[in-house]
Amino acid sequence: MTPEEETEIRRRQKSRNLVVGGVLFFFVILFYAITIVRMGD
Amino acid sequence: MTEATSTPTPQAARPLPADWRDFYALTKPRVMSLVIFTGLCGLLAAPGSIHPVIGFTAIFCIAIGAGGAAALNQWWEADLDAGMKRTAQRPLPDGRMAREDARNFGILISAASVGIMGVAVGWLAAAILAVSIVYYAVIYTIWLKPRTPQNIVIGGGAGAFPPMIGWIAVTGDVTLMPILLFAIIFMWTPPHFWALALFVQSDYAKVGIPMMPVVKGEASTRKQILIYSVLLVPLAASPWFVGGAGAFYGIIALALSLAFLALSVPVATRRAVEGDTMKPEKRLFAFSILYLFALFAVLVVDRVADYQGWPIPGVNL
Repeated sequence: MTPEEETEIRRRQKSRNLVVGGVLFFFVILFYAITIVRMGD
Repeated sequence: MTEATSTPTPQAARPLPADWRDFYALTKPRVMSLVIFTGLCGLLAAPGSIHPVIGFTAIFCIAIGAGGAAALNQWWEADLDAGMKRTAQRPLPDGRMAREDARNFGILISAASVGIMGVAVGWLAAAILAVSIVYYAVIYTIWLKPRTPQNIVIGGGAGAFPPMIGWIAVTGDVTLMPILLFAIIFMWTPPHFWALALFVQSDYAKVGIPMMPVVKGEASTRKQILIYSVLLVPLAASPWFVGGAGAFYGIIALALSLAFLALSVPVATRRAVEGDTMKPEKRLFAFSILYLFALFAVLVVDRVADYQGWPIPGVNL
């Protein structure tokens, strides 16, 4: 593996991790909101 | 086209880890926007109320369910996509993503969409969402698309589920109205797609997919466009006939459908000649998109105006 490939892999991993983190945070908020709404039913 | 040619084969060398944008592209975001719109219209037009958070969750699940089905479609058809100019730049045929990553992503978000829909919204809506995913990814993509020129007719069913699911998310049961909404999109899809197929040179024949204009010929395709357009006229207005929508919707639906029919007549009665600009076909295709958006938007206005008591003539049932 060339250094350029190594750098590109790291860059992609970092951006994917950030997106996955954002998605997980969204799900935390979504499930919290769903739980609150369902508890009120 | 045999099954063997579209069966996934192992990658010779694993590509670099895919960028998140490739996963996003795998969900076919442009198709998803139509799915979100029609699902939202079904949800807003349904009688009854739904909490905004639950309504948002329902639309979110419909969207990611469609995205999951699209990812599974691209996983299965990667070899075919590589052979067509229009699709060769997709993440899998372009080598930007490992095939099993696409499959796993498709399964993961499909399962998540059904699970969340079931827990948060209701298990009937979740079951129909699951059926729609299996319908698109398995029945259409794997089974029927490579086998019959009626693939677009049958595939239209996959795009017809979202308003039905949106409606059922609110009401919790299957009544005539969501079935009619399903039938309208089902009947709209063939003339919409075949109008496009007549003026866009596709590579489907090259990869062995039996599209109607290739298998049955241009004349037969044009005739069938007219048949579906005729059937669409009473069907689009049927929510009014059965008392599910007011005269406001019914009269506009009839006017829109008659315009659709008027545009399909020149398409059905002509033959393309050398150097043809295919203007009637392009006009019909462009109008078909506007038609569907307008029809569902008018249905929502009709129903919401009735529920809210807005002073619009003809909305009361």
